[in-house]
Amino acid sequence: MKQGKIIRVAGPLVVASDCLGARMYDMVKIGKLGLIGEIIELREDLAFIQVYEDTTGIGPEEPVFLTGLPLSVELGPGLISSIYDGIQRPLDIIREKEGDFVPRGIEVPPLDRTKKWEFVPLVKKGQDVEEGDFLGEVEETPLLKHKIMVPVGAAGKIVEIKKGKFVVEETIARIQTKKEVKGISMFQTWSIRKNRSVHERLMPDEPLTTGQRVLDTLFPLAKGGTGCVPGPFGSGKTVVQHQLAKWSDAQIIVFVACGERGNEVADLLLSFPELEDPHTGRPLMERTVIIANTSNMPVAAREASIYTGMTIAEYFRDMGYSVALMADSSSRWAEALREISGRMEEMPGEEAYPAYLASRIAEFYERAGKVVCLGSDKRIGALSVMGAVSPPGGDLSDPVVQATLKVVKVFWALDDRLANMRHFPAINWLLSYSLYVENIKDYLNTEVAEDFIGLRQEAMQLLEEESELQEIARLVGVESLSARERLVLESARSIREDFLHQNAFHPQDTYSSMKMQYMMLRTILHFHNSGMKALEEGMNLNEIITMGIRENISKMKFLPVDDPGLLESYIEIDNAFKNLVQKKGTSEDNV
Amino acid sequence: MYKEYLTVSNIVGPLVIVEKIRDVKYGELVEIEDGEGLLRRGTVLDVSTERAVVQVFEGTVGLDVDRSKVRFLGHSQTLAVSEEIIGRIFDGSGRPKDHGPQIIAKKRLDITGSPINPAARDYPSEFIQTGISSIDGMNPLVRGQKLPLFSGSGLPHARIAAQIARQAAVLGKKEKFAVVFGAMGITFEEASFFIEDFRNTGALERAVLFLNLANEPPIERIATPRLTLTCAEYLAFELDMHVLVILVDMTFYAEALREISAARKEIPGRRGYPGYLYTDLASMYERAGRIKEKKGSITLIPILTMPEDDKTHPIADLTGYITEGQIMLSREIHRKGIYPPIDVLPSLSRLKDKGIGEGKTREDHADALNQLFACYARGKEARELSLILGEAALSDLDKLYLKFANLFEDEFVRQGEFESRSIQDTLDLGWKLLHTIPRHELKRIRPEYLEKYYSEEK
Repeated sequence: MKQGKIIRVAGPLVVASDCLGARMYDMVKIGKLGLIGEIIELREDLAFIQVYEDTTGIGPEEPVFLTGLPLSVELGPGLISSIYDGIQRPLDIIREKEGDFVPRGIEVPPLDRTKKWEFVPLVKKGQDVEEGDFLGEVEETPLLKHKIMVPVGAAGKIVEIKKGKFVVEETIARIQTKKEVKGISMFQTWSIRKNRSVHERLMPDEPLTTGQRVLDTLFPLAKGGTGCVPGPFGSGKTVVQHQLAKWSDAQIIVFVACGERGNEVADLLLSFPELEDPHTGRPLMERTVIIANTSNMPVAAREASIYTGMTIAEYFRDMGYSVALMADSSSRWAEALREISGRMEEMPGEEAYPAYLASRIAEFYERAGKVVCLGSDKRIGALSVMGAVSPPGGDLSDPVVQATLKVVKVFWALDDRLANMRHFPAINWLLSYSLYVENIKDYLNTEVAEDFIGLRQEAMQLLEEESELQEIARLVGVESLSARERLVLESARSIREDFLHQNAFHPQDTYSSMKMQYMMLRTILHFHNSGMKALEEGMNLNEIITMGIRENISKMKFLPVDDPGLLESYIEIDNAFKNLVQKKGTSEDNV
Repeated sequence: MYKEYLTVSNIVGPLVIVEKIRDVKYGELVEIEDGEGLLRRGTVLDVSTERAVVQVFEGTVGLDVDRSKVRFLGHSQTLAVSEEIIGRIFDGSGRPKDHGPQIIAKKRLDITGSPINPAARDYPSEFIQTGISSIDGMNPLVRGQKLPLFSGSGLPHARIAAQIARQAAVLGKKEKFAVVFGAMGITFEEASFFIEDFRNTGALERAVLFLNLANEPPIERIATPRLTLTCAEYLAFELDMHVLVILVDMTFYAEALREISAARKEIPGRRGYPGYLYTDLASMYERAGRIKEKKGSITLIPILTMPEDDKTHPIADLTGYITEGQIMLSREIHRKGIYPPIDVLPSLSRLKDKGIGEGKTREDHADALNQLFACYARGKEARELSLILGEAALSDLDKLYLKFANLFEDEFVRQGEFESRSIQDTLDLGWKLLHTIPRHELKRIRPEYLEKYYSEEK
């Protein structure tokens, strides 16, 4: 291995000389400890290296080993249920080996080299295969068939294909390519900074349901789409991200905890094996990969962590799965970028962030999408990306927020005023938007209900009207509003409190299926419309808003989806209004 | 013997630049002897083949370029620990300040520490009863949490912190307990308030104090919280103790960091603070927590005074992003003469959900807490409205909410400095106040708890 020499150490930045021949973004090992770093700038024979571990105790004259390889991840059976640090070192194995604290310079292979996997071939000897074709599959968890694909550059004719139990490194097939006969094992490596190839990109047209009413109904994300959740601290970003990781109807979840709290990762690790996937009934951990580079772990590895997560997510997408990636939080990643840029003495842009911040963010989100994967079967895979952003002081003019909003199509604006009122999820319905509604309209109307989009529109209008009316009421008092307007206020309040408000910690309320959401919204709006009609017929507003049926409406969310009470509430509204009219009729008759 | 360098070339602010060095490592501890033979200590911030940049803890006043002697000690800054450390008082660099002997080291621990492996963390879930209703009832603290007090100048954060240290207990348990206290840049009076309070309640015997006072070198403050936490880690994870760490005042710490950053001519982030302030604060705050299969725990209460009570100030803002919630003190409530002046609405405890409920506090705790929040928020809105339009303009219901908000501040938040309320009392008091509001308005509470705790007669 070629060797350079350290000439400067400044925090996570190391400069080494004698590095002629090194390439940008190659991985290097530093000093006697063998700390891992990556080359981020070359000036003649000097290499500027960002180091993924604490550099205390490293000094000039120590050697730098050039591996000549880019920083890569290993992709193969064993990824699922793993917890990795920012550069794909398995944290659970490190704990077994080294104890409760993360030591430096430790090297552990990301995929278990001793575990044997049952490989079932899907091709025959003599068959022609393209890049991306399935050679076979491994049942990694009961939830997941891990497909072994023909790596890029290995298209050709199958010379040999095995069947049985193997460890990841063993050759399971040999392919006669144009140049040579290539042995294929169950895992491949891929540089984290390079997009994995696809056949073609498609427009997203299916919703990614999350069981969160405010998201699915009002601001839906599409499979293969991108969304962001910016908000000040304490507004519930992390709970939203966790809820997404728990309930999104994706087959694989990659959760990147980037520069956030260690206890949050502990929460995921302890709760996911216990929680059940509502679609399959299996533990959520069986479809999850966690990348944890918490805020106290080395800052440069934080920069790498989201790429590590993204590459793993793309790999599963290539198998034709629907994958969702959550990054919490992209601001911490941007700060890592800023810190390294500062140490490199680059000319700063806004708020001392480097000038290339916006393009890096755009590149990252652009790796999401619905695609036709490589392979002759033209299967379709989707990778949806949801990033949390933590702007300082909740200020949305922050460069990271602004750069993110330029590329993502869904904006879930968290509002600390709502959080203070303990309205969770604290997503502001007036500021947020989703640009996917048009794309997924047809799907929702055929799969959920034909009037779903109409109801959504109606609810949005009521909320919009409410904010205008509240403004007036604040100036001149509620009394000055007409009965019609006051009913609008009441109905909007019902939408907010009975529908949008959702308790993540209530066993029933934490997840709402699309059917459930539809039934709830339909009932609330039916009450509103019946009320409006009754007002026109001369009913008293107070009688309408104090109707007992409203208590049923407010309790709908605690019912299971197949509870007859849900449908009954809807039907009872008609009866209740009929009674009201009759009562009025009789009392008028008496007069 | 260590090599002695007489090659100091520049002295800039707290930094000393030493030339023609050999075998110097990043982060190494440095000893500097000035012309009079007095010793100072520092650490290497940047090292290249020709020169090292050294940050001097005690400041550079009186140092000169030609007579200063520099020695590189070959290791980073450490803290000597043993069981004897409990009950002692140290200065901000870890030297005894109580006229006692040096600690005979059983172990020398690097004060930077290593990150806890996230896979080794245990989720904090044991409720700590502080005896303060606005914390226990509304924003409960759990063992292993980091929950800062966001305060402002002139607010009684010291008294609240002392009250927590005095009263904190886990329900139904008697365990080894210690307080580790780190002071950065506070006045002698504030420090002696804590010492006296610890002494009077007997807590001093199970406390360790690290004090860097306002008139002591600011650069030393960079090390003080790390010494404090290293000591806490030793007590918690090696001696199995439950440790409560109090750090005051993080604002002064961040200012010291800014001073060094400015001297190094780094590109500043917001308000002149370095771009890595978040990472730097996190490297300390994240040392709190619990570890699987370890008995001890570190619960961390950093205190910071927000300049102009502005919670978007970088120090408060970044702290809020790292810590698991915050207890916010309010000048408005303080002016009303209410102690403790805790504003529960912007306060938050992120870990409360696993720490409360049946078997921990009481089954109805979560629902009651949510309802109290919602009612108080609505009451405060009504109060604002009545300021503009007059109380007469409020609807009957809003009047009730306003009444609730007033009662809440006056009876629930207000309590004595030496009054410790049990969680039962706190919740009962909450229910008593909820009776101000008609039953059908209490939408956040499950029907079965309403049935049990809300009786029409009250």
